[in-house]
Amino acid sequence: MADLRLKGLRKSYGSAEVIRGVDIDIEDGEFVVFVGPSGCGKSTLLRMIAGLEDITSGTLEIGGKRVNDAQPKERGVAMVFQSYAIFPHMSVRENMAFGLTIAGASKAEKEQKVAEAARILQMEHLLDRRPSQLSGGQRQRVAIGRAITRNPSVFLFDEPLSNLDAALRMDMRMEIGKLHSQLDTTMIYVTHDQVEAMTLADKIVVLKDGEVMQIGSPMELYHNPANLFVAGFLGAPSMNFLQVDVLDVQGEEAKVSNPSLEPIVVKTAGRPIEAGHKATLGVRPQHLRVSETGQLHGNVTLAERLGSETVADLRLDDGSKLIAAFAEDKILDVGQRLSLDFDSDAAHLFPVDG
Amino acid sequence: MNPALLGLLTIVIGVGGCVGYFYFSNVFLDKVLFPASGPNASRNINRANKIRPWLFLAPALLALGLYLAYPVFETLRLSFLERLPGGRTQFVGFDNYTRMFAEPKFMEALRNNMLWLIVVPAGSTAFGLLAAQLTDRISWGSVAKSLIFMPMAISFVGAAVIFKLVYETRPEDAQQIGVLNALWLRFDGGIGSFIFLKIVPAILLLGFAAALAWIVWVTIRKIREPRLASGLKIVFALLALLMAYIAVSSVLNAGSVLTAELDYGTPMTWLTIPFWNNFFLMIVLVWIQTGFAMVILSAALRGIPEETIEAAIIDGANPFQIFFSIKVPQIMSTIVVVWTTITIATLKVFDIVFAMTNGQWETQVLANYMYDKLFRANDWGVGSASAMIIMLLVTPILVWNVYNARKEMR
Repeated sequence: MADLRLKGLRKSYGSAEVIRGVDIDIEDGEFVVFVGPSGCGKSTLLRMIAGLEDITSGTLEIGGKRVNDAQPKERGVAMVFQSYAIFPHMSVRENMAFGLTIAGASKAEKEQKVAEAARILQMEHLLDRRPSQLSGGQRQRVAIGRAITRNPSVFLFDEPLSNLDAALRMDMRMEIGKLHSQLDTTMIYVTHDQVEAMTLADKIVVLKDGEVMQIGSPMELYHNPANLFVAGFLGAPSMNFLQVDVLDVQGEEAKVSNPSLEPIVVKTAGRPIEAGHKATLGVRPQHLRVSETGQLHGNVTLAERLGSETVADLRLDDGSKLIAAFAEDKILDVGQRLSLDFDSDAAHLFPVDG
Repeated sequence: MNPALLGLLTIVIGVGGCVGYFYFSNVFLDKVLFPASGPNASRNINRANKIRPWLFLAPALLALGLYLAYPVFETLRLSFLERLPGGRTQFVGFDNYTRMFAEPKFMEALRNNMLWLIVVPAGSTAFGLLAAQLTDRISWGSVAKSLIFMPMAISFVGAAVIFKLVYETRPEDAQQIGVLNALWLRFDGGIGSFIFLKIVPAILLLGFAAALAWIVWVTIRKIREPRLASGLKIVFALLALLMAYIAVSSVLNAGSVLTAELDYGTPMTWLTIPFWNNFFLMIVLVWIQTGFAMVILSAALRGIPEETIEAAIIDGANPFQIFFSIKVPQIMSTIVVVWTTITIATLKVFDIVFAMTNGQWETQVLANYMYDKLFRANDWGVGSASAMIIMLLVTPILVWNVYNARKEMR
């Protein structure tokens, strides 16, 4: 049980700075997901918290104590790796008890904690197996079990599901969610998969190039993205961005248009939008509807019918591309002309540079 | 002709001959014997493909048969014969063997070989593992690695000559050219001598005994585990007993080291000190084989998944625990292969003993004993018998080595 405070955390390898001043507050018992494209520094940040990487500058506090220079074991963290990292020469039982063995725990205590972790993960029948006899999902369970037996104050997960196949990934995702509600411990989870981020997190931290783009609850980030990057990163298919001309700005509202979009008034949400300049209008594919009186006009270039929804690629009149997702099974012909309508409240207007 | 030119010519003819054999025999098979054309083209191709491996293996099989397989049987035959005057021979059964086992020099060679067998593979593997682990951690590791590996390039005889110079003895009033004696004469019986020649060795011996005692304890714990096969239990118990014996004698030796009267100021003839001179010879082989062990083990250490080590770090393991309970178990199969490979090299050791002491002063080993009998005493019978004994000792280790190496490759 512990809260974490990351204050101005930086990490550089020589002259290359990979983490550029990260500030994050993580409350006790919170499930925080670090998400971002590969190379954004999310894993490095996690490894800095774990103590596997040095902190170049800034402070890291766990449970109110500065732990910048503390050894990993003194930080009270347990980590689950993408490649499981279970010890091939030990049985599942020995693997799960490893941390306790190192700490010099008694046999009875080891037995009891391993049994407890095995019960939580429903893997009592696997305890005497060797890692080579386990499937990928079972190995990941062992890795999680090894973390649980140590009774850490913070769990760290480094892309734990990336090596599993799609069906198993969904199962394990739910298991991890369940585990969090059962243990009620602070968990930090790194992933590049936005579905994992959206479903598991109490709080998502979106990272790009070693900087925090936005921190907030999944729905906050989804409905009110702070910038173009977050808007484009969360949601599938990703948000459409239209280059528009700002015709007029009235207080918190701006009137925008482009050759394929009839003039429409959208909220500026306090962003610096100026009349006479260009801006980027973001509309989620799910917010588009087919309508006789729609403001957007274009032709269908591809239609994917998924049963529960239909995803259409369109080429707009000004040559730009647009993706629309209709929550129904819709028959669309390639080349068909569509007029689309959207709720101006659900649209986001960003300055051109984000 | 200049010998260098002659050597070059030999290489050209040898390599050219090999290439020529493979190329022309292949052409003959494909174009003349079973041409891939005409009415039987497909049958011919199949036949040619069946014959090809044998065609290519033939020179090697012939050479190995002639120089390895045949001598084994011939040696076995000779070991049962006795030469009579006039070039005749007589079958004498196991007489040669019984005669040999009755000889104290043979028993000495057997005992020394056992000593070599324990010390050299263990020493080389341990030092190699240590060097592999340490050189991976330092910036000038690759330089250190090349230096440690370099003795591998020196022939056994060359290494023996180098160490003979290290152990060289000159009269008391002359300049000592041997490093060991030069060092030895530095000690004058003062406090420094007491620390370096009594306290330090005694501590080392006690530490060695403690390490052995710990291993014995671990082994005993292992034996008491119910799931171990009973055959293995007996082997483990015997090993534990042996180690316990060595541990106890090391403790006793530590005591005698402390009380020993040392002959300060007199140059020592190191290679004539019975029993200990064996170790002076072993150092040469350890020096050579450490490089080999280091290279193989360093590659194995690098093959260990980094995450398992990081996981252990997070779980609170210290560097020693990481090394002994995470790294070493993961490369155990490689360690076994290295160990057995060095064991085989050790069993066959001949050059070092031959060049340094020639088996005098109780340093005889089996291979040198065989050479003595076969080529100096011209006693074919006993010489062949000792050769058979060496082969008998090597074979099980060799089989195990090949088995482990194959397991490693899978």
